[in-house]
Amino acid sequence: MAETQRRENPAAARLAAIRLPEDEAGWARAAREAALSRLHKMGLPSRRDEYWRETDPSALIAPEPVEAAPLVTDEAPVFGEIDRLKVVFVDGRFDPAASDPLALEHVEIERLADALKADIHWARDLFGRLEETAHDPVPRPFAALNTATATDGVVVRVRGRAPKPISLIYLHRDARSDAVLHHLVRIEPGAELTLLENGPAAARFSQLLEVDVAAGGSFHHVRAQGRDHERRAITHLVGRVAEGGVLKSFTLTANGALSRNEYVVRLEGAEAVTHLAGAAVGDGAVHPFHHDDTIFVTHAAESCESRQVFKKVLRNGAVGIFQGKILVHPVAQKTDGYQLSQGLMLDGDSRFFAKPELEIYADDVKCSHGSTCGAIDEEQLFYLRARGVPRPEAENLLVLAFLAEALEEIEDPALAEDIRNRLEAWLRRRQG
Amino acid sequence: MLEIRNLHVKLEEEDKVILKGVNLTLPDGEVHAIMGPNGSGKSTLSYVLAGREGYVVTEGEVLFDGENLLAMEPEERAAKGVFLAFQYPVEIPGVGNMTFLRTALNAQRKARGEPELSGAEFLRLVREKAKALKIDPEMLKRSVNVGFSGGEKKRNEILQMAVLEPKLAILDETDSGLDIDALRLVAEGVNALRAPDRSFLVITHYQRLLDYIVPDVVHIMADGRIIRTGDADLAREVEKTGYADILKELA
Repeated sequence: MAETQRRENPAAARLAAIRLPEDEAGWARAAREAALSRLHKMGLPSRRDEYWRETDPSALIAPEPVEAAPLVTDEAPVFGEIDRLKVVFVDGRFDPAASDPLALEHVEIERLADALKADIHWARDLFGRLEETAHDPVPRPFAALNTATATDGVVVRVRGRAPKPISLIYLHRDARSDAVLHHLVRIEPGAELTLLENGPAAARFSQLLEVDVAAGGSFHHVRAQGRDHERRAITHLVGRVAEGGVLKSFTLTANGALSRNEYVVRLEGAEAVTHLAGAAVGDGAVHPFHHDDTIFVTHAAESCESRQVFKKVLRNGAVGIFQGKILVHPVAQKTDGYQLSQGLMLDGDSRFFAKPELEIYADDVKCSHGSTCGAIDEEQLFYLRARGVPRPEAENLLVLAFLAEALEEIEDPALAEDIRNRLEAWLRRRQG
Repeated sequence: MLEIRNLHVKLEEEDKVILKGVNLTLPDGEVHAIMGPNGSGKSTLSYVLAGREGYVVTEGEVLFDGENLLAMEPEERAAKGVFLAFQYPVEIPGVGNMTFLRTALNAQRKARGEPELSGAEFLRLVREKAKALKIDPEMLKRSVNVGFSGGEKKRNEILQMAVLEPKLAILDETDSGLDIDALRLVAEGVNALRAPDRSFLVITHYQRLLDYIVPDVVHIMADGRIIRTGDADLAREVEKTGYADILKELA
């Protein structure tokens, strides 16, 4: 009987199988239990849920991940040329031997697993606390699941200007790995940090990044998701930005059977800024490609600025989803909100679904949004070819031009260059 | 150089015949002008020579240095030395003018088996050519033709021609929308490129351009055919009497 039920309802089976980690401090245990209780209340999602209609969550819910072969490639790692503090995870486990010593000027950095064992730790005020606020009005069950079950991650507190980026490197070796990483970042007033993430991490990857930016602080996030074809990932960036603070995030995605990237950012102090951007390039010819950006930005204070710039290039049955919302509270006068989502379809087989939402309760605001979906411009293509540029190369130029606006959201020129070169190389490789 | 024989062309989308048997021989080093009223098929001829999609050749052939031009892809034609200066140069937001030019030049060189130019070599080449055409270096940094005035777009076409050094340059109404100063600059750019191994096909509605780019031969085109061929005086005659007289003469 129990067996039948399990087969019929994988979500219930998954929930029933959750075991909270042992040997943690009381506060950590309490945070885990609270997250689990939230999760039980909201349940795991199904395609009947409004924000899961276009993305099937079943592979994220199933007890075991779908097998994903680690990508074999001879190309240099992303961010390889950048001076950074390397923190390496292999199939979701911290690898101290492959990592740099966890020491950086103006920065406290340690393993989440260690922080959760300390009876007194600043992380107590952050772990699961931002995640807890991210479910209203849209529940994000996988974020709660992450808080309840995450086994590793980093805990970072920044008190000044970090001299170089922290670079989280996610290696994937085991075709059946199931990784759950949770990171905490606290940017103290006026402090600055750049966080880099790259790699697939595992066959199935759940990642939650809780970022608390205090007044005048700034946090820059640049990410390149792994290119392993069958990998599946659900990521969350949950951020809170105080007065005059800045939170910026850019994500590059190529390949991946499933990438669901959720962003929940609250601008809580006057003149806080958030820019969220993503460039995704998907080809569904040999392996499925499904990319979903789901964003919720809340303006809860005056004179804040938010930008969302998400671009997707799709071909051969690739699927791109954008669900982006800007919510402006009555107090948030002088809001400057911008949202752009665009799909470039390289053939007739692919699908781009965009759901832009604005909900505005203040009367003195500037909010704009735009969403387009189209093919390569034939006039531009002919112009390039008439000058001698072969068709595949001309297409690549136009694809890069299409993505340029998203890439421009990366502030650091060296990082922007690295991402752009990477993208160019991938496009060229595809064509060869 | 170029040999057009009995060329018949219709539109792909509709059953409209545009060229109805064009014959034209353009020897090495010569400048030929094609003049004609609107709708005579001048621009279609230039697009068909450059390889634009949407046209069907129903009869005839085009030989370029003895090779079947119509069988080649647009990029192959460019690499062999065919250049079309567009009547309406296309804007490409997000692609820098320099990147565009360098990609084009190196793609052509690669196709011809020549070594690609390095960044520094290319920069030197473009700066020198841009200076001669009085093109502001700022313009080179912007996206291709984005935010350019009409005159800037046309000068940008001539800059591309100067950098790519084609064997056959087709100028499709390059004079339209130009004031007299811009016209002079463009003409100087073209004249500077005149060479024994380079030919030009200058398509224009008005005789004005031909005061600056003096053609060896002038063809008058009407209703999809070349109806008269003469020397530079023919252009001046047309300017004086208009196309109506010639058309009447023929009828």
